[in-house]
Amino acid sequence: MAKSVVQEFTKGLWAEIPPFRLVLGLCPTLAVTKTVENGIGMGVATTFVLVCSNIIISLLRNVIPKKVRIACFIVVIATFVTVVELVMQAFTYPLFLKLGIFIPLIVVNCIVLGRAEAFASKNGLVPSFADGLGIGIGFTLSLAALATFREVLGSGTFLNIPVFGPSFKPFGFMVEAPGAFMCLGLMLCIMNMLGKK
Amino acid sequence: MREMIRLFLVVTLFSAFSGGLLAAVRTGTQERIEYQQLKFVKGPTIKTIMKGCSNDPLVDRFKIVDRDKERSFFVGVFDGKPRVVALESSGKGFGGNIGVIVAINLDNDQIVGIGVTTHSETPGLGSRTKTDPDFSAQFRGLPINNVFKVKADGGQIDAVSGATISSRGVCAAVNASVDAYKRLKSQILEKVRAFKA
Repeated sequence: MAKSVVQEFTKGLWAEIPPFRLVLGLCPTLAVTKTVENGIGMGVATTFVLVCSNIIISLLRNVIPKKVRIACFIVVIATFVTVVELVMQAFTYPLFLKLGIFIPLIVVNCIVLGRAEAFASKNGLVPSFADGLGIGIGFTLSLAALATFREVLGSGTFLNIPVFGPSFKPFGFMVEAPGAFMCLGLMLCIMNMLGKK
Repeated sequence: MREMIRLFLVVTLFSAFSGGLLAAVRTGTQERIEYQQLKFVKGPTIKTIMKGCSNDPLVDRFKIVDRDKERSFFVGVFDGKPRVVALESSGKGFGGNIGVIVAINLDNDQIVGIGVTTHSETPGLGSRTKTDPDFSAQFRGLPINNVFKVKADGGQIDAVSGATISSRGVCAAVNASVDAYKRLKSQILEKVRAFKA
């Protein structure tokens, strides 16, 4: 409780960065990081849901009875996910088609529910906002980093711009599902090595 | 007992608010979503059929209630006058429904062109009803008092080889569109006239 708002925000960027430190929300992490564009799109959508649900849940934390809290959290989260889904359809339709089923699946993303349960339902508005924003940005950065490795090696492009020139043979394994697991595993390993002092 | 009522009330209120919010967002985005879906799903097909028109048929569209459902019509302006309307119908193919857009010349009641929009036919066989320009070109210039059939059924259309059922589905969709056009012609002309003004 003694932590400052800044600390609540910055912990999401390194100390508790999902998915590397919390190791939550792996399903979208593995599935959508074929390209940087998809990764960032997914990250931004999740951040929006996370921030909004954290705000609402922290405001209503004294109203929500303990026994039905999970049901209430899910209603709040699902509402914002549907809002994101509609807005994406209206403004970024091609991205919506690419992310497909993974947008509605933000509802069951453990990061969002986890922050609601572990943080927003116990803390005030400002720290909850900072927490949601920090974790969300951390998630976006993680997806972008993972997607960068996969897209650059797997398709030879970054944000759809070729980076290696025409003689490059794409390392197709990286954009397949096994490549996602390998890449994530190696990144977790590096994170742990860096974290160990 | 009192606690039960409280739980019940909270969850009900949450759901009611969420429902209201979503209804509002949906109303706000509906038109844009519809346009985006048209643009990315039907747009390319419509643009190909109506090559050379001087307007955007996706914007210049209107709806007419046909029996119990609404049909969308897309207007194509050629030589400064709205001469062509396109409409979509579906026919049963091999893997499901095939959506086909048919563009009809209002002056001489001939087919200007057809194009498949959505389908779930076998890749490489039935899918060629969408990708093979020679197949759809057969409909071009045919008067709409024809009943369109594949040659195997005694008609005038060469089926895509290996995909008679898919080709039949396309013919059925074209027939459905032509029937709707004939049925609604007076209303279509009325609406098109309103466009000139």
